[in-house]
Amino acid sequence: MTADRTSSSRARWIIWGSFALALLVAPWLFSSNLGVTMLCQIGIAIIACLSYNILLGQGGMLSFGHAVYTGLGAFVAMHALNAATGGKPSFALVLLLPLIGGLAGLFFAVLLGYVTTRRSGTTFAMITLGMGELVFAMSLMIPEFFGGEGGISGNRMVEPFMGITFGPQRQVYYLVAFYTFISVAGMYAFTRTPLGRMLNAVRDNAERVEFVGYNAQRIRYLAFIVAGFFAGISGGLAALNFEIVTAEVVGAARSGSYLLFTFLGGATFFFGPIIGAILMVLAFVLFSELTKAWLLYLGLIFMFMVMYAPGGIASLIMLNLRVASYGRLKELLPHYLSMAATGLVALLGVSALTEMVYHRQLDGAAGSTLNFLGLTLDDASTVHWLAAAAVALVGIAAFEWARRRFAQRWHAVQEYIEVEMKKREAAA
Amino acid sequence: MTYALELKDLRKSFGKTEIIRGVNLAVLPGERVAVIGPNGAGKSTLFNLISGRFAPSSGEIWLGDQRIDGKKPYEINRLGLSRSFQITNIFPKLSVFENLRCAVLWSLGYRYTFLKFLANLQDANERADRLLRMIHLERKRDVLAMNLTYAEQRALEIGVTIAGGAPVILLDEPTAGMSRSETEHFIELIREVTVGKTLLTVEHDMGVVFGLADKIAVVVYGEVLAFDTPEAVRANARVQEAYLGSPVADAQSGGH
Repeated sequence: MTADRTSSSRARWIIWGSFALALLVAPWLFSSNLGVTMLCQIGIAIIACLSYNILLGQGGMLSFGHAVYTGLGAFVAMHALNAATGGKPSFALVLLLPLIGGLAGLFFAVLLGYVTTRRSGTTFAMITLGMGELVFAMSLMIPEFFGGEGGISGNRMVEPFMGITFGPQRQVYYLVAFYTFISVAGMYAFTRTPLGRMLNAVRDNAERVEFVGYNAQRIRYLAFIVAGFFAGISGGLAALNFEIVTAEVVGAARSGSYLLFTFLGGATFFFGPIIGAILMVLAFVLFSELTKAWLLYLGLIFMFMVMYAPGGIASLIMLNLRVASYGRLKELLPHYLSMAATGLVALLGVSALTEMVYHRQLDGAAGSTLNFLGLTLDDASTVHWLAAAAVALVGIAAFEWARRRFAQRWHAVQEYIEVEMKKREAAA
Repeated sequence: MTYALELKDLRKSFGKTEIIRGVNLAVLPGERVAVIGPNGAGKSTLFNLISGRFAPSSGEIWLGDQRIDGKKPYEINRLGLSRSFQITNIFPKLSVFENLRCAVLWSLGYRYTFLKFLANLQDANERADRLLRMIHLERKRDVLAMNLTYAEQRALEIGVTIAGGAPVILLDEPTAGMSRSETEHFIELIREVTVGKTLLTVEHDMGVVFGLADKIAVVVYGEVLAFDTPEAVRANARVQEAYLGSPVADAQSGGH
């Protein structure tokens, strides 16, 4: 038991130590302007997605309006930045600005969450949707606060303090990294507290919670406030990072992307939304440059994930780690390879088709040819259409064949693991 | 004399249908009462009224010297009454240990705190581990509740019910769906874990009823037909006519 404890506490030090280390060295590994910019956004997104997962994964609350809390946090932070300065904010203000955003998020969660969390399930989802629309509509009605179409902007540069001005992106990154570490640690700690655990119980069975002495509605409300606080921190950081806040940060699209990427990363494990947040920034910054149809691909990925791996990427990782711990991962590797290869062919065909459709509909004036991964496709050529369709069909068929063979083997391995677990349990 | 639980002219209607029609019942501290009656007699509804799942249409419910009718389930639980459910009602994605720990937290005063780590709550952890042994699931400590066998889930249901240490326990058909041998085993378990508590249980199995209960309450059509010792109830002509001797009861007890 004690040996168990020390080894688990050592594991904890290793995990958190390497997380801190990763945050520290990341801007040296990705040292380009784009790299550091993206790292800043990733840190901000990590806090936002983790705070969203307090609702979705830990509390079973499907919110369609989480951007209200990140967004309002950002607006209040931006106003604080502008109000106190008259041109130049103080070092302390910039340092504490994310916290101001957090308090704003908390305040609005206290206010709006009281109504929202009175219900659970579908009704809860509907109310959050309504709340989101309400706040977005207000952003157009109150330009004094939301800045109208142009939003509000500010200046984060301070008088140099020990050489720090927060002007360079890299300096902002370290502020983001600091808050990311603290917030991730804080939210992880939350999952280990009585309230955090009772939140899981409410997710599982809200009725039973009431018969062990807890008010489920109160638990949901308190958790909502905690989530609002961290969401606000993320918003405050975003205000500093971009130096501009527009109405779209409270909009439904933003809320939707929190939901989508938290789910993709995996809502059932604490670290899942971190993966989701990284993917979110990659998708928004890089993927969107690559192709105009990126939202369509994103939708497809999301759909397949919901159908085949509802636990998200995190659960895929954990399942494979379990297989590995029983020494059966090796036999699955060829299957993964064949699925990757056939999947790639299918993707090639489908994306060629998609790009041709997009080109034809959107860039028709630029001629009928387009560049696709170094190939020149012509959307006026029937042969090209047929070829792309053929590649897609062959790819899909081959992938399905590979998937079925994999599924068979996968089930066999899972059965083996179940039996082994029973054996170990009996031996214990 | 204060009763552990007292119902005074309790009534409940759903729409125009009166399901509970003036129930009076007074249970002494430490008594074990079996509530029996044909299907649809209102036994489960009675438990739902007492535990706060539904509010009664009229009448009073007293838990010791506290009036609890119309209170919320969590308020009633905090005052010292805990219940189990006929259909297993646990936290499926939490481990057995976590299920039990969730059920002890309020009674140990931890309320809604997020400023303490669960791992450091020695009293809660010890109590959850003790409960784990009491319901004989120590080898399933870290198994998710949804992966337990049916009988194990029923045991966990009892564990969650008694976890808070409430002096008054309501068990709604604890042995429902169990085989004969499992039932015997289970009754022994219930007897062990409810020592010194006031116990009300809905039960169909007549063997169990006469073995476990100090007193039997016969509920028929929303009324208490008889409330007495097992011998007296067995001898009661009205009960025999209404319930015990009827083909329904024979079919039910034979069916188990």
